[in-house]
Amino acid sequence: MSKTVTDVICPFCGTLCDDLVVVTDDEGKKILSVENACAIGAEKFLHSSDHSHRVTRPRKLQEDGSFKEITYEEAIEYTAQMLVNAKKPSMYGWSSTNCESQSVGHEIAELCGALVDNTAAVCHGTTLVAVQNVGIPSCTLGEVKNRADRIIFWGSNPAHGHPRHMSRYSIFPRGYFTGKGQKQRKIIVVDPRCTDTSSLADVHLQVEQGYDYELLQALRAAVRGQELTGDIIAGVPKEKVYEAAEMLKSGRFGVIFFGMGVTQSLGKDHNIDAAIMLTKDLNDYTKFSIIAMRGHYNVTGSGQVLGWQFGFPYSVDLSRGFARYNPGETGTIEVLKRKEIDAMFVLGSDPGAHFPMQCVKEISKLPSVAIDPHITPTTSICKVHVPVAFVGVEVGGNCYRMDNVPIESRKVVEPPEGMLTDQQFLEGVLKRVRELKAN
Amino acid sequence: MSEYIIKNGKVYDPKTGIKGDVADVCIKDGKIADKVSSKAKVIDAKGKTVMAGAVDIHAHVAGPKVNEGRNYRPEDKLFTYKPTGKNTRMSGGFSIPTTFKTGYEYARMGYTTVMEAAMPPLYARHVHEEIKDTPIIDEGALPVFGNNWFVFEYLKNNEMDNVCAYIAWLLKTTKGYGIKIVNPGGSEAWGWGENCTTVDDPVPYFDITPAEIVKGLLTANEQLGLPHSIHIHSNNLGNPGNYETTLATLKIAEGVKAKNKFGREQVLHHTHVQFHSYGGDSWVNFESKAKEVAEYFNKNKNMTMDLGCVTLDETTTMTADGPFEHHLTSLNHLKWANVDVELETSSGIVPYVYDPNIKVCAIQWAIGLELGLYAKDPLRTFITTDHPNAGPFTRYPRVIKWLMSDKSRQEMLKGFKHSEKVIAATNLASLDRELSMFEIVQMTRAGPAKALGLENVFGGLAPGMDADVVVYNLNEDKIKNPEEIETAFSAADCVFKSGTMVVENREVISNGNKRTLWVDAKVPENKQVERDVQMKFLKFYSMTINNYEVSNHYVPNPYVIEVDSN
Amino acid sequence: MDIVKLTLTKVPDLYLEAENVTPDHFAGKTAQQIGELHVHLGNQTAKISDYFSVEGKGGETAADTKIVIAGPTDKVKYIGMKMTAGEIEVQGNTDMYTAAWMAGGKIHVKGNVDSFCAIGMTGGEFIVDGNAKNYLAASYRGDWRGMQGGKVTVKGNAGSDTATFMIGGTIDIGGNVDVHLGTHAEGGKIIIRGNAKGRVGGQMVKGDIFVLGQVERMMPSYILKGEEEVELDGKKQMFQVWIGDMGERHAKRKGEVIYGKIYVPTGAGETAAPAIHTEKRKKLTDKQIEHLKEAFKDQEPTVQQVRTYIYDTFDVDMKPMQVSRLIDGIKR
Ligand code: SF4
Ligand SMILES: [Zn+2]
Repeated sequence: MSKTVTDVICPFCGTLCDDLVVVTDDEGKKILSVENACAIGAEKFLHSSDHSHRVTRPRKLQEDGSFKEITYEEAIEYTAQMLVNAKKPSMYGWSSTNCESQSVGHEIAELCGALVDNTAAVCHGTTLVAVQNVGIPSCTLGEVKNRADRIIFWGSNPAHGHPRHMSRYSIFPRGYFTGKGQKQRKIIVVDPRCTDTSSLADVHLQVEQGYDYELLQALRAAVRGQELTGDIIAGVPKEKVYEAAEMLKSGRFGVIFFGMGVTQSLGKDHNIDAAIMLTKDLNDYTKFSIIAMRGHYNVTGSGQVLGWQFGFPYSVDLSRGFARYNPGETGTIEVLKRKEIDAMFVLGSDPGAHFPMQCVKEISKLPSVAIDPHITPTTSICKVHVPVAFVGVEVGGNCYRMDNVPIESRKVVEPPEGMLTDQQFLEGVLKRVRELKAN
Repeated sequence: MSEYIIKNGKVYDPKTGIKGDVADVCIKDGKIADKVSSKAKVIDAKGKTVMAGAVDIHAHVAGPKVNEGRNYRPEDKLFTYKPTGKNTRMSGGFSIPTTFKTGYEYARMGYTTVMEAAMPPLYARHVHEEIKDTPIIDEGALPVFGNNWFVFEYLKNNEMDNVCAYIAWLLKTTKGYGIKIVNPGGSEAWGWGENCTTVDDPVPYFDITPAEIVKGLLTANEQLGLPHSIHIHSNNLGNPGNYETTLATLKIAEGVKAKNKFGREQVLHHTHVQFHSYGGDSWVNFESKAKEVAEYFNKNKNMTMDLGCVTLDETTTMTADGPFEHHLTSLNHLKWANVDVELETSSGIVPYVYDPNIKVCAIQWAIGLELGLYAKDPLRTFITTDHPNAGPFTRYPRVIKWLMSDKSRQEMLKGFKHSEKVIAATNLASLDRELSMFEIVQMTRAGPAKALGLENVFGGLAPGMDADVVVYNLNEDKIKNPEEIETAFSAADCVFKSGTMVVENREVISNGNKRTLWVDAKVPENKQVERDVQMKFLKFYSMTINNYEVSNHYVPNPYVIEVDSN
Repeated sequence: MDIVKLTLTKVPDLYLEAENVTPDHFAGKTAQQIGELHVHLGNQTAKISDYFSVEGKGGETAADTKIVIAGPTDKVKYIGMKMTAGEIEVQGNTDMYTAAWMAGGKIHVKGNVDSFCAIGMTGGEFIVDGNAKNYLAASYRGDWRGMQGGKVTVKGNAGSDTATFMIGGTIDIGGNVDVHLGTHAEGGKIIIRGNAKGRVGGQMVKGDIFVLGQVERMMPSYILKGEEEVELDGKKQMFQVWIGDMGERHAKRKGEVIYGKIYVPTGAGETAAPAIHTEKRKKLTDKQIEHLKEAFKDQEPTVQQVRTYIYDTFDVDMKPMQVSRLIDGIKR
């Protein structure tokens, strides 16, 4: 016998597919199969269900570089002491966990005068900065499916990073006004390289690496019917720029999806700024929207919870008892490089793998705790590693899709005996921090 | 639970008919009581004003666009923060405060119940997450129905039972309070970059008009007997000459009788009427039509309105009226955010600076106040700023000051850069009416509570009602300077929410025990609607039907109002 | 004018926030009262006297007060924030937000300053003898009102994102500037005496930018309008005038469209168009790989150990994925 759970949410990428079907054994302990998910998503479920490689109790780094098992109570004590004693601790990550845990974490950060930052620091933070400068005309993914006839992927390769995006929302689906699916749509890909996605495109603009900003501003000028200087604009022949502008204007409903190819290449927030302004301009001719291809499944949720609690979407500095925000100063990478912090708490992210080595070395010098179901480059350099249940597999909780739509993830199997969830661990820390602060 | 007796205050309470007489108010077990034991804690309110907690019928305080507003305006937080306190979280933001600040500031002003004015159903879970994190005040949220494809299709086919079943289902699924209509049909048209600016503009591809949508939803509302009436933001908001569209919308409700068991008498609530009372045909000859609109309301007693007063601040506009925000950004070139929501609605956000030196802004300011002064029935006229659209809710005390003091209004009028033009385009200079304290209480307590079908719960001091009580350090008979009004209403001496003291000496001392209000309407089983919902989710939504409902744990302290429409 | 002399006596272990160090806060105070004012380090609050020795006293008003700051103040933020009058002279370097939201008076830093200096400035004068980092005289995040008035002079170089959303005032940079100069500007005047690294005047609506050196790759959305004689530094000079940003909205005045303008001296070398240097190649040489093999001989190192070793020994920052592939390769 087996049990089937339907409408399961995939806790992997920002596509946040919510139609998975997971079959478990009778006791709800082991996952037998996963349907509807892409290969990456299915792997996430099956991998978590294989307990053989998992650490199930907290571990503390010893002098000799080995790890020794400690209890959750000891881990809570270490974490609380570390945060309470620090002058400027950083609490980083929050993208691979649920909103409930984020909320508890924020309360700890507020009490301890910490910095709170999520993985937008290394992916779409620049998008958020651009949105703060010029806004963002956008829509839900269902709108795209029902109406869109112009789809642009800019610096984004969904075939690789968001495998079901194209079939669920963007290129293939048939919606209310788009009964013919792909046939009704024109696909434009802007990418210096040929990718799996560009092979599906009607037009591929091979922008010169690092010159997205110039191309975007040229497109904006072309949309306005202005002259352009130069025959080749950022690697693209001038006529092709005008052609693309016409194609965008002639649609009835267009969408630009953009990814790390523009958010982290030269120009960063300026690229997104110009892409948003292009979208805005196009609304004078037709209907256009723009959507960020967010990576981690709940990085968007972290920005939302930070937003309603403190008013800023990432890189929030609570050290003075009130919230401040200024990426470039309060971002985790900057404070590590500049040695502005004296303790590091990581949950739901792997800076050890994604930060520059200079920052990674700095983390390894600081008092530090990493909360993560896996052993990762981060857990191996932190002083304490606290393994926890998998959010979206072993515990539910709210998450936000890349278009900010909230979806509550589901629990499908039990975590290994005696393991805490993120939220339970954080609540333990919060309780202890309150006690320490009261004295 | 503790007992309190608030002694010797000047009490104002339309519910029990007390108009400033000196009386005691007793609180016991979270409710207003006839009497209390000798153990009751005594609050001396001698020379002060005592009234029920205020009810805000329309404010944008929680949900996706409010939060986008916060996140995309870091500059709105600059130098506004109040640090963590003994019992309070840190709180900041000016026009779009954080959830903590929202709860604390409302409470400090003596507001204890607030309606979130526009909840996109697909984002309902987000709205409730924020409501959960907003301390002290009781809140409900109004899902938007005026651009919903189910509603369009049922209404087009004249299937009233199906509309009702769908509404009941959506209220339950989203934990919503009532029927909000924003730019009926126009927000759907915005899906194609278009709009409906009159009540007869057909909605592209749906073969229905705004008038039919309003009429249909109004009929459904009364058939269901919901506690609140339909709550409408009509077409053509913010444009010169739009008062005609407003009157055409109101006409739809003429003569219709309310049907419900909650004591509600109106069948239509028109929100932020200031934005809908414009004359002229351009910004050059832009003028007030507040008189015409207010007189229509005076004649038609089955309608209520809230003002939407412009406070002349830098603020953030946000509405489910997508095309309006696009229009606005083309006027002021400030950052524009927009979200179109599949099958349901659109929405937009643009910062706006209401500059007293700009003629149009000053006229808008005057129109909001004129409406309040022309209205003959304060029980059907409610004070709002359509927070944060015409100004932040924290300016209510200032609006109250303007309504109560002709002197303060005349000073403003005189101070404008285009004073003469503003005076010529409005009637405010000649309106010397000054609202009394009792009228203010009607407009902020008894009136909105009644319109929401909550007159026996909130907004009054009759025994058995919720003990939401406020003491302001103000005596109506001894006001020397209008500024005293603003100061007193900005922070109450003390505030009780459901019998718990939440504000003492103008400061928040407790996070209270907030509740979420929602309406559970029971309708006969309806297989067709069930099938239609299943089908539309499969084909057109980007989420599965089983992940759509807001589960109960997002509403940890619910106050469910049951309606039996069987 | 009364002078207050602050000398840093203790270098902060993290960074110090000193927004109280302004003539506005010091006016009317004795040395002792000034020493009592707060400075902040992370979540800790300290007194100015915990970090500085204080001599002299404040003048009657801010305008009568001059503050002279000595010592290694590299890690002090917010000096002169929101000041409205008086003078500050810093003998060394300062950190971020020096002169932020400055409204009047004068600040002279003899060393270098870090990022976000003079953001949101509305008036006064800010002079830096050394270099400034990024976001000099830019707007605060999200604000469409950047520098609105006053004058900023940097004798050395300035970083990227200088003068974002500028709407008034003057910025004069003696050296070079990094990318994104005057983005979204809607007024004001910028003079760059060295070279500008590119993306000059991107999305500019209005305003004047002079680049006396070279502009690296002019934006394609700028058009060469012709030559014009313009007075600069008191003498008339011929400039090539570029107008744009053509991708942006522009208002009309008296029937004429108003553009942003970039002035480049006539005859200054052709605007060069070098390829943007791509990131440092993250690959090891064969020799380095040999070295690595030797170092980890007969060991089972973790990815992180190898990544750290590579970084320490060869100064190459490799991603863990690359390192793990490298280890696999070496094993084989
Ligand atoms: S596309 Fe993303 S969310 Fe969907 S199944 Fe694949 S990994 Fe999971
Ligand atoms: Zn509203």
